[in-house]
Amino acid sequence: MSLQAFAAALLDPGAPLPEGLLDPAGRPANARFAIYRNNVTASLVKVLRAGFPVIEKLVGEAYFSALAVEFLRQHPPQTRLMMLYGAEFAGFLQAFPPLAHLPYLADVARLEQGLRECYHAADAAPLPAERLTALSPEALLGARLSFAPGLVLIRSHWPVLSIWRANTSGAAMGPMMPEALVILRKGFEPAPHGLTDLQAEILARMLAGQPIGLAAPDPGELAGLLTLLMAQGAVKDIA
Amino acid sequence: MPEMITPTLPARPGVGYKPQHLAGILNDPGPVSWLEIHAENYMGDGGRPLAQLRHLTERFAISVHGVGLSIGGEAPLDRAHLDRLKRLMGWLNPASFSEHLAWSTHEGAFLNDLLPLPYNDATLTRVCDHIDQVQEVLGRRMLLENPSSYLAFAQTTMDETDFLRQIARRTGCGLLLDVNNVHVSAVNQGLEAHDYIRDFPLDLVGEIHLGGHEADQGDHGEALLIDSHSRPVADPVWALYADVITKAGPRPTLIEWDNDVPDWDVLCAEAGLAGAILAAAP
Repeated sequence: MSLQAFAAALLDPGAPLPEGLLDPAGRPANARFAIYRNNVTASLVKVLRAGFPVIEKLVGEAYFSALAVEFLRQHPPQTRLMMLYGAEFAGFLQAFPPLAHLPYLADVARLEQGLRECYHAADAAPLPAERLTALSPEALLGARLSFAPGLVLIRSHWPVLSIWRANTSGAAMGPMMPEALVILRKGFEPAPHGLTDLQAEILARMLAGQPIGLAAPDPGELAGLLTLLMAQGAVKDIA
Repeated sequence: MPEMITPTLPARPGVGYKPQHLAGILNDPGPVSWLEIHAENYMGDGGRPLAQLRHLTERFAISVHGVGLSIGGEAPLDRAHLDRLKRLMGWLNPASFSEHLAWSTHEGAFLNDLLPLPYNDATLTRVCDHIDQVQEVLGRRMLLENPSSYLAFAQTTMDETDFLRQIARRTGCGLLLDVNNVHVSAVNQGLEAHDYIRDFPLDLVGEIHLGGHEADQGDHGEALLIDSHSRPVADPVWALYADVITKAGPRPTLIEWDNDVPDWDVLCAEAGLAGAILAAAP
């Protein structure tokens, strides 16, 4: 028996016991092999449960367990860093027919995965405010910003931030309207911040490398966005 | 073989570090003089985990314990993962690095468990090649931990103690003796734990692990112990540990408690029990 056969049987609950695995009396080690099978599944379900608490709230604990098992069989970890395992979970949810009636789940999962990635992102010294205020309006509009590595922009067809807040702090739900948000980390704690649709568009363009003036035809929306980004230490440099 | 570095973990109690214990540790470490971290939890790019670790390393000796190298795996070691480990070891410069006699990968996927190996010449060669590579890349000696096991392989041709001794002789690595694993495996394999300790090369032990286990049953109603790290250390494991310390003298000893993690004072008390046995050593 190769370790390949051992591993394949671990992830396939219908697979027979690989040959040559024995208990002390030399009998087939069925219950014993099941311990490894259970350890692998249970440990990965635990990782996903810790990473996606709002998804668990939305679908319920028992359903989440079954969902996580289905996910991990289709997408066993390609990373050895368990704190980031689940990057494919949003895409999996989006394409999972039994959950088609909860179409916002995928974006909630993107938000939760974004928080995990932001938490572990590299530290970055924020740009001192004087670097911005020292620029003339013309210089500012011609400049390009670079951002802290943990920044995650999410533009959703669903009120994804309101759903997340309702399930983490009990905030009241508003109407079912599209929402955009950006995840930023001031210090060590990542948090999602709501954006207007236009602010999300401006930020997307700046992330793509456009100079500020080209990215932001509307100075009013730009001011609010820049204030948020600077206050949260999300701007790393300007050039 | 890389240059040998004498282990610098103190021969006193340590504990597996959990972030929820940070305030307790800084406030009153009690008998705890060193901390062990799982390498993979600190392979992120930045943020709070690395900041906490930088802070802790100023006050405590740190042991880095890998759970993701898959040293026993049939595939080559993952070079990117080894490089991440090298980076962590580089900035942290810990007192010790250890990994497991186990495997955990399948066709590029990581299974997040420590899986068992048949002990024979083919496995011996493969494990030694992988340990040579780890020690070469890290530029230091590592410790290899004996696993807990639930079953046996028909392909096994040598005892675990003999297998570990040969690995250490060929690669120059040291050994991490997990006394709970010895007890769990002995019960599960129908062997005598004290015989295992008698046959174990205690002179190569750079660190000892102690942890809790759960009781279960096999297909035929026989006792089966699960290495859960979720409870206090069991009495037979304490007895076995005292026997090891009597034979080997004081060694750095870790309390592992990874699931149903207790409050800091409970963990401290457990470390204190190990400290008392260490202090009574001849």
